[in-house]
Amino acid sequence: MLSTPMFANGGRMKEYHHSGSTECRFSPYAYNGGTVLAVAGEDFAIVASDTRLSEGYSIHSRDSPKCYKLTDTTVLGCSGFHGDCLTLTKIIDARLKMYKHSNNKSMTSGAIAAMLSTILYGRRFFPYYVYNIIGGLDEEGRGAVYSFDPVGSYQRDSYKAGGSASAMLQPLLDNQIGFKNMENVQHLPLTLEKAMQLVKDVFISAAERDVYTGDALKLCIITKEGIKEEMVPLRKD
Amino acid sequence: MAAQHVRSLTCILVRLTVLNNSKGKEMGCHPGFGQLSHSGTTYGNFFLSRTDNPGQFQHGVIVAVDSRATAGSYIASQTVKKVIEINPYLLGTMAGGAADCSFWERLLARQCRVYELRNKERISVAAASKLLANMVYQYKGMGLSMGTMVCGWDKRGPGLYYVDSEGNRVGGDLFAVGSGSMYAYGVVDSGLRPELSVEEACELGRRAIYQATYRDAYSGGVVNLYRVHSQGWERVSQDDVLQLHQQYKAEAQD
Repeated sequence: MLSTPMFANGGRMKEYHHSGSTECRFSPYAYNGGTVLAVAGEDFAIVASDTRLSEGYSIHSRDSPKCYKLTDTTVLGCSGFHGDCLTLTKIIDARLKMYKHSNNKSMTSGAIAAMLSTILYGRRFFPYYVYNIIGGLDEEGRGAVYSFDPVGSYQRDSYKAGGSASAMLQPLLDNQIGFKNMENVQHLPLTLEKAMQLVKDVFISAAERDVYTGDALKLCIITKEGIKEEMVPLRKD
Repeated sequence: MAAQHVRSLTCILVRLTVLNNSKGKEMGCHPGFGQLSHSGTTYGNFFLSRTDNPGQFQHGVIVAVDSRATAGSYIASQTVKKVIEINPYLLGTMAGGAADCSFWERLLARQCRVYELRNKERISVAAASKLLANMVYQYKGMGLSMGTMVCGWDKRGPGLYYVDSEGNRVGGDLFAVGSGSMYAYGVVDSGLRPELSVEEACELGRRAIYQATYRDAYSGGVVNLYRVHSQGWERVSQDDVLQLHQQYKAEAQD
């Protein structure tokens, strides 16, 4: 991509009057930013992402959502290097089709998660620079969230934030959904309305303080009725 | 199929090694990948099963682990399952690269099942650990990071082997692995006695991991305790470290 020496320092301008020798190297990766979030409830799951695509100091697009619908019950959110996101989703779609043709049924969320883990580990020594979060319903209809690292380590969670503002969002989710570090509070189960409001609030906060997050928020709400999508505007600056 | 996938990787690797010479540097600019190692403490304790020591008894293997995974200084998760259930009588622990550990131990589970089908008997702990060691030895020097303990019970009694991505495979009675291992060793070495009961041994393991989480920044979360006995493994307990802290503080005061 635009991995010229100007952007090689991860967006910082190269210093003028650089003394000594300079090494220019081609980097196969670029960092396109973006934040993804998934929350699992008793009978629903929400996968949300912002829609900003950046590189360095520039914004390439304000309408590039990071949620990809895989099946009727599963949505994948991927952020990181956009090129690898596109290739990875292409490969996952192909594998889903192959599974459907061989086994005459759609892949379950858990199966997709296990498959994604091996796809990512297959490139252990030249990884897909993608932070994935899968949200969907498991075989019993309960909400499921699976979070990954770029080389395929994964686990099932009830909520997870990934991408550029993950370190800002995750602690807030830990407190509000996980009731962490709170004493003498009633652990109420998470309703769909509260979850949606929380996700919107949390992204609005992230857009305030993270340069790579903003423009708009796309929510995919997965219930047994299907997948509903909603767009919410965010700060464009 | 998974094995083939990885085998073909071995060839590509040789070529890529030249191209990706500065891979480490490039990776360095980007956020790090999930790491368990410099972050997890796992501890396996094996008690006294040698039949040439008739005065001692067989409890099996106590395995205690924490549950924190870090990516650099960011805590990626506090709920990682670092004990992998390979089959009903074999356990593996995770320290090092999270993906490396879970992938190779999952592959080991598959190989153990194949062994059972071919040989009509369960695989021994020694053989299972050797399979794992030989699998990762082929990738020595390529950057895998895995420090694991294979624990189980076979016809020779309890078995405990430490296997890592450097190629080490060593059997023993007691191991602590990970960034907090030194702290765990201190607790276990001072508390270990031949006449410990099962509950005391479990408590020793729990205390060792708790103390490690107290002092090591990269360990924390919950303490998961497993025990492997002659009928297989069982999950003993899961305790939040914060609650253990309150409990031990209260005990110390009276």
